[in-house]
Amino acid sequence: GSLATVKSPFSTDEKPTSLQDVTSYNNYYEFGVDKGAPAAHAHTLRTSPWTVKVDGLVARPAEFSVEDLIKGSTLEERIYRMRCVEGWSMVVPWDGFPLADLIKRVEPLGSAKYVAFETAYRPEEMPGLQSMFPVLEWPYVEGLRLDEAMHPLTILAVGLYGERLPNQNGAPIRLVVPWKYGFKGIKSIARISFVEKQPETSWNRQAPDEYGFYANVNPNVDHPRWSQKTERRIGEGGLFVKRRPTLLFNGYAEEVAQLYSGMDLRKFY
Amino acid sequence: MDARSPKAAPRTAPAAARVPMIALYAVGLAPAAWLFYQGVNDNLGADPMRYLEQSLGLWALRFLVATLAVTPLRQLAGINLLRYRRLLGLLCFYYAALHWTTYLVLDQGLDLEAIWADLVKRPYITIGMATFLVLVPLAATSSNAAIRRLGGKAWARLHRLVYAAAIGAVLHFLLVVKSWPPEPLVYAAIVLALLGYRLGRSVLRRLAPKPEPRRRAA
Repeated sequence: GSLATVKSPFSTDEKPTSLQDVTSYNNYYEFGVDKGAPAAHAHTLRTSPWTVKVDGLVARPAEFSVEDLIKGSTLEERIYRMRCVEGWSMVVPWDGFPLADLIKRVEPLGSAKYVAFETAYRPEEMPGLQSMFPVLEWPYVEGLRLDEAMHPLTILAVGLYGERLPNQNGAPIRLVVPWKYGFKGIKSIARISFVEKQPETSWNRQAPDEYGFYANVNPNVDHPRWSQKTERRIGEGGLFVKRRPTLLFNGYAEEVAQLYSGMDLRKFY
Repeated sequence: MDARSPKAAPRTAPAAARVPMIALYAVGLAPAAWLFYQGVNDNLGADPMRYLEQSLGLWALRFLVATLAVTPLRQLAGINLLRYRRLLGLLCFYYAALHWTTYLVLDQGLDLEAIWADLVKRPYITIGMATFLVLVPLAATSSNAAIRRLGGKAWARLHRLVYAAAIGAVLHFLLVVKSWPPEPLVYAAIVLALLGYRLGRSVLRRLAPKPEPRRRAA
């Protein structure tokens, strides 16, 4: 691939989902609600040049160009399971760097407890934003607790399969938090802010009883309208796909469970 | 309605009347055949089972809408497709049955425990199953013999269950999606219009000063 990466001990040895499936089956509502819509429409997004504004409760607020971020870091290949809240999953070989690297550069103040993320707002390049009946309030926003953001599994991805991210997968830079449902992985990030209070998140705003702030993958806490006990692995078995059990924290419990010790995961879903 | 002589339905376009019913069934079932063919050849995208399941359900809803459109089309536009209503209704049933079978066999892998949990805990599954069950007696009494056996009036009353099926089908669709995407909303609006038309007409008829001699089941 065109991106130089090093391997990571955090990678799973499960078989990665094919590039074709990873790049043709996407949820990116800025480009339409069908799974195929992002691949069909996201080419209109201009991803270069691109800067990410980092502000809020930090000692060194800054704007970073994606090119500088790539040059300034050792990119790692992180092969992660990705579990969508809708009940399907993939294995994606991302290329990126720990979000913690960026956080350390801006030196968060002691008052910073959460990290808020915002997708670019570009109605002229994003057909979903021009709709008369928007499916979500734009721009898409997400958030993490600071300790979740600092966790070594949490990365900013700039590529997959060794190449720069295709637009439909969130180019040029996106969040990947493998123990959370896919919608936490905000795409095409324009701004990262350090804040004191828990920030609003898009899906929580849309249906607070269905999508929580935490959105940790959890087979024991159902979506109110469907079960989360099992999942279908994309690209496995074709029509005769067999469901596999969903794992607590998407199989990353050993690494992340202590972040939530003492918390009622039914309440903080 | 039936396959008697074309003279029984004088307002039907004569060319259409000559097309044998069996050919129309073949056309109606062609999408299912195409979907299965593409599915077996792994041409249904990244999530073929889901695509098949959703497409079959959508076709069932389309034929349900078409069935419900027959009466307004006749009353408002003078287009008489009554002869094809049974065909459309049965196609709806066949697609609903395929959709249901896909859910049971391919989606849930006949895991009875999971299916039962879905049925009792998930309103969209409960509603979907109930909708399918409502369609069964309608399909079972679609023959001329059944109409004769039941008598026209009782048959017509029974077949008003199609309104419940239509409401169930759009609720099932709305409950299975995230947020409020346009497609299920559009179908909900169409069904609402088709049912609202009937409701409005029956209210108007009741309010009308002079009694109308002819009453037809809609």
